[in-house]
Amino acid sequence: MGKVGTIARRTFLIGSAAVLGGVAFGYYMYKRPAANPLLHGLGEGEAALTPYVLINADGVTLITPRGDKGQGAYHAQAALIAEELDVDLAAINVDPGPPSPAYYNTALSSEAVPFAFYDDGFLAETMRGVMDAPMKFIGMQITGGSTTVPDGWEKLRVAGAVARETLKAAASQLSGINTTAIKTENGRVILPDGQEMTYEELAPVAAGIAPVTKVRLRGPDEWRYIGKPMQRIDIVAKSTGTQEYGIDVDLPGMVHAAVKLNPRQGGDLIAFDAAEALKLRGVSDVLQITGGVAVIADNTWRAFRGAEAVSCDWGPALFPPEQEEHWTALAQAIETGDHDSRQRDDGAAAEAVQGGIEAEYRAPYLAHAPLEPVNATVWVQEGRVDVWTGTQVPRFAQAHVAEICGVDAEDVHVHVLMMGGSFGHRLEDDVVRRAAEVAAQLKGTPVKLTYSREEDMLHDFLRPAALGRMKGAAKAGQVAAMDYHVAAPSIADSQFAERQGLGFPGPDSTIVQGAWDQPYAIPDYRVTGYRAPKLAPVSSWRSVGASVNGFFHEGFLDELIHEAGADPLEERLRLCFHEPTRKVLEAVGEMSDWSGPRPAEGVGRGVAMVASFGVPCAQVVEVRMTGDGLRIDKVWVAADVGRIVDPVNFDGLVKGGVVFGLGHAMLGEITIADGRVEQENYDLFEAMRMDRCPDIFVRGLETGEKIRGIGEPPVPPAAPALANAIFAATGQRLREMPFARFVDFA
Amino acid sequence: MQITVNGETREVDVEEDMPLLWVLRDELGIKGVKYGCGIAQCGACTVHIDGEAVKSCQVFAGDVWGEVTTIEGLGTPDALHAVQAAWIEHQVAQCGYCQSGHMMLAASFLSETPDPSETQIDAAMSANLCRCGTYPRIREAVKTAAKMMREG
Repeated sequence: MGKVGTIARRTFLIGSAAVLGGVAFGYYMYKRPAANPLLHGLGEGEAALTPYVLINADGVTLITPRGDKGQGAYHAQAALIAEELDVDLAAINVDPGPPSPAYYNTALSSEAVPFAFYDDGFLAETMRGVMDAPMKFIGMQITGGSTTVPDGWEKLRVAGAVARETLKAAASQLSGINTTAIKTENGRVILPDGQEMTYEELAPVAAGIAPVTKVRLRGPDEWRYIGKPMQRIDIVAKSTGTQEYGIDVDLPGMVHAAVKLNPRQGGDLIAFDAAEALKLRGVSDVLQITGGVAVIADNTWRAFRGAEAVSCDWGPALFPPEQEEHWTALAQAIETGDHDSRQRDDGAAAEAVQGGIEAEYRAPYLAHAPLEPVNATVWVQEGRVDVWTGTQVPRFAQAHVAEICGVDAEDVHVHVLMMGGSFGHRLEDDVVRRAAEVAAQLKGTPVKLTYSREEDMLHDFLRPAALGRMKGAAKAGQVAAMDYHVAAPSIADSQFAERQGLGFPGPDSTIVQGAWDQPYAIPDYRVTGYRAPKLAPVSSWRSVGASVNGFFHEGFLDELIHEAGADPLEERLRLCFHEPTRKVLEAVGEMSDWSGPRPAEGVGRGVAMVASFGVPCAQVVEVRMTGDGLRIDKVWVAADVGRIVDPVNFDGLVKGGVVFGLGHAMLGEITIADGRVEQENYDLFEAMRMDRCPDIFVRGLETGEKIRGIGEPPVPPAAPALANAIFAATGQRLREMPFARFVDFA
Repeated sequence: MQITVNGETREVDVEEDMPLLWVLRDELGIKGVKYGCGIAQCGACTVHIDGEAVKSCQVFAGDVWGEVTTIEGLGTPDALHAVQAAWIEHQVAQCGYCQSGHMMLAASFLSETPDPSETQIDAAMSANLCRCGTYPRIREAVKTAAKMMREG
C-alpha cells in the first residue's frame, strides 16, 4: 500500500488551515445543527419536519438539496424518503428547495480527503470526519462526484422516519392512543379502530410538537422500494414532452437574451458596433457584459440573429493560442520534475523499471456539450432577485448573483430546474452570472439568457488535456514495476480557485485520480502528478481525473501484462488486493466467457478495471474487424456500489456511462487554434450514435461495505477496455484519444 | 401567416426565415420541441410535417408545407401514443431533453416501416443524438412500439 501517511498529515494541517480562524467557529457550527431553512417562510398549516420533507395541503414534498441532470437524483431521493415515510413514491412532489447551508454535501468532502477508497483504517475514517466540518462551514451544496445516493442514503431515510414518527406522535396527541398502537400506510396514519388521518391533516398538529428524533431505520427485509425495480418519477413527463427544463422558463413580460462573447475564452471585449443588430426586427437593446455583449430581443432566434450582427473587437487569448503549445507545456511540466503529488511510492520504482518498456499517452480536451445549452432566467426587482436555472451549484450562483446585483445573498432566490444533461457543465455558473449582468441593467424585467450551441461550446470549461509518461517492467511472467507520471492543468486552480474563490492548498488530487488509488499491488510502483501552468480553463467532466488516468493507467498496465506474457484478466486479479474489485473482475470474466473458446480471427477482447468514486467497475469490450473498419459488438460491465437503490435506473446509468466513455474515446476532442476552440457544434464534436452502439450487458454487485453512486464510475474503464480490445484484434496499441485519429470505426 | 399545429390553426406574425423551431417554442409556447444545435445534427427539434419527421431548426416558417405535429400532439400523459408507452415501459429517458425528438423520429419511422430489422432501426434512429447514451433502451423501445402498433 502507498505511503499515504505523510500526505495525510500534511493535508490534515491544510484542512485545518482552510478554515483558519474558522475552525472554532466551524466546530461550533458543526456541533450545532445547521439552521433549518424551511422554518422561514412557512405558511399557516404547514409543518417542516426536517430540511428534506415538507408536508402541507399539497401532500408530501421532498425538498431536495440535489439537482437532477438526468441521473435520476430526484427519483432516488424520493425513494429513500418514501421507504420510511410510508407514502406512495409516485405521490411525492419534488421541490428543489432554496439554496441553503443546511444542505452541505458530506459524501463529497469524504472524496476530498487523499485516502484511497479502500482504506478504511482509523486515520482515513478520522480524516473523513474532520473534513466534514469545513464542508459544512463552506456550505458546499454541490451535485457531483456521484454523491447523491451516498449523501442521502442515511439523511433521507432518517428524514422519512422522523417525519413518520412525528406524524404518529401528532395522531397520538389528538387521539390519546399510544404511538406503539398506531400504524402508517400510504400517506395516512391508522389508529387501532381503523380510523385514518391523512398526513396532510396531521401536518399542523405535527408542527406544534417537538419532532421525534429517536428513530430506527428499517432493515433490508422490510424494504418496499430499495433494491426493487421502480418507475422513475420523472419518466412520464420525459416521455410526453411535458418535463420543464431551464430553457423552457416563460414569465410575463420576459425578454430573451443571447450573447456574443470573446471566442477566446475569458478574453476581453475591446470595442463593439451594435448598429446593424439594432436594425433587426425584435431587437431592443445591445448591452455590454463581461467579455462581450448581450442582445435583447422578443424571441430567442431574434436575439441569436442580433448577436451575429454585432461586430466586436476581441482581446487576445489568456492562454497559449495553439494546441501544440498545450502539449509542449504538459510535457515540460513533467520534464521539470517539479511534482504536485506523489501519492504512491512503493518499493524502488525508478530503479526497477530500468531496461523495461516506456510509453507516452495523451488525452485531449473535451467539451461537456449536454443537449440543453446553458441558460438562466434572472429577474431583478427592488430588494429581491429571482434566478431560474438548471445548476449543480446553487449556492455559488446565489453568491455571485448577489454580488453582481448588489443585494444580500438571502435576497437571491435560486429556483433549480431540471437539467437537460450536464456531465459537469452545470458545475460552472458562468451563464448565471452573465444573465445577472444583463438583468441588473434591465431592472424590473425578467431576462432569459440562452446560449446558442456555438456560444455554449466556445465557452465551455473543458475536461483537462493530459499527458502521461510511463515506464514499466515485467519479470518472471508478472508485472513487476510501474513508474507513472501524468501532467494536466489543475481543476482545483481553474474551477475552484479562479472561478469560485475557493483555493485549496496542497496537491490537486484530480490530476492523479484513477491512477494512484487503484487497488493493485505492483511491487515497485510510483504515481507522480504534475500541475501544468495555466492553459485553457478546465473543469470537472463526468468522472473527472479518472476519465484520463483510467485510460492511461489501464492502457499501460495492459502493455505490461502483454510484456509479461500473462493473461490480461488473470494478471489483474493476481495484482488486485481489494475483494470487491476482484469480484467485479471475476464477474466480467464470467459474463464474457473470458476463459472460454478464443475469439474468432479478427475479433479481439479487452478488459479494463477502474475504481473511481469508491466504485470498482470492470468492463470487457469485444471488437471485430470488418471491411468498413472496427465494430464494437459487445460490452460486459460489472460494478459494485454497495447497495443498488433502483436496479432499473442503475442499469440505465451504467449503459449510458459506457456509451459516453466509448463515444468520447473513439471520436471526442476539442482543439485550440488561434486561441479559440475549433469545435463549435456537434458536427465537429461527434458523439456515438445508435448505429455504433454495442450490446451492453450489466451486472450490479453489492459486496462493497459503503453505498456509492453510479453516475460516473462506468465512464473511465470504457476507453482502456476498447483500446485493449483493439490491440487484441489488430496488434495496434492506441495511446492517444480519440482513437478515430488512428483507426477506422465501422 | 397561418400554421396548423396539433390540429389547431394559429396565426403568427414572423419573418419568413424564422425556423419553425422558434415559431413553435417562442411564438406559440409549445415547449416539448427542443433546441439543441440549430444545424440539424442532434434532432432534439424533430417534429412531423404531414406525418414526416423533420428537423424544425431547418424549416423556415414560410416553407411549412403541411400540418405540424409536435410531441404534445403525438400523445399526452392520459392518452399515450404507442411510442410514448414504449418509452415509459423501457424507462428510456435519463435527462430526457432529446427524447421528444427521438420519439417523433421513431413514430414517423414506424409508420413507414412497421416491422423493422435491428439494422433499419439503428440506421433510422442515428439521425438523432443522445448525450446520456440511452441508445440501448431506445432500440428496445422502438421494437416494443413497433409490436404495439402492429397489434393495434
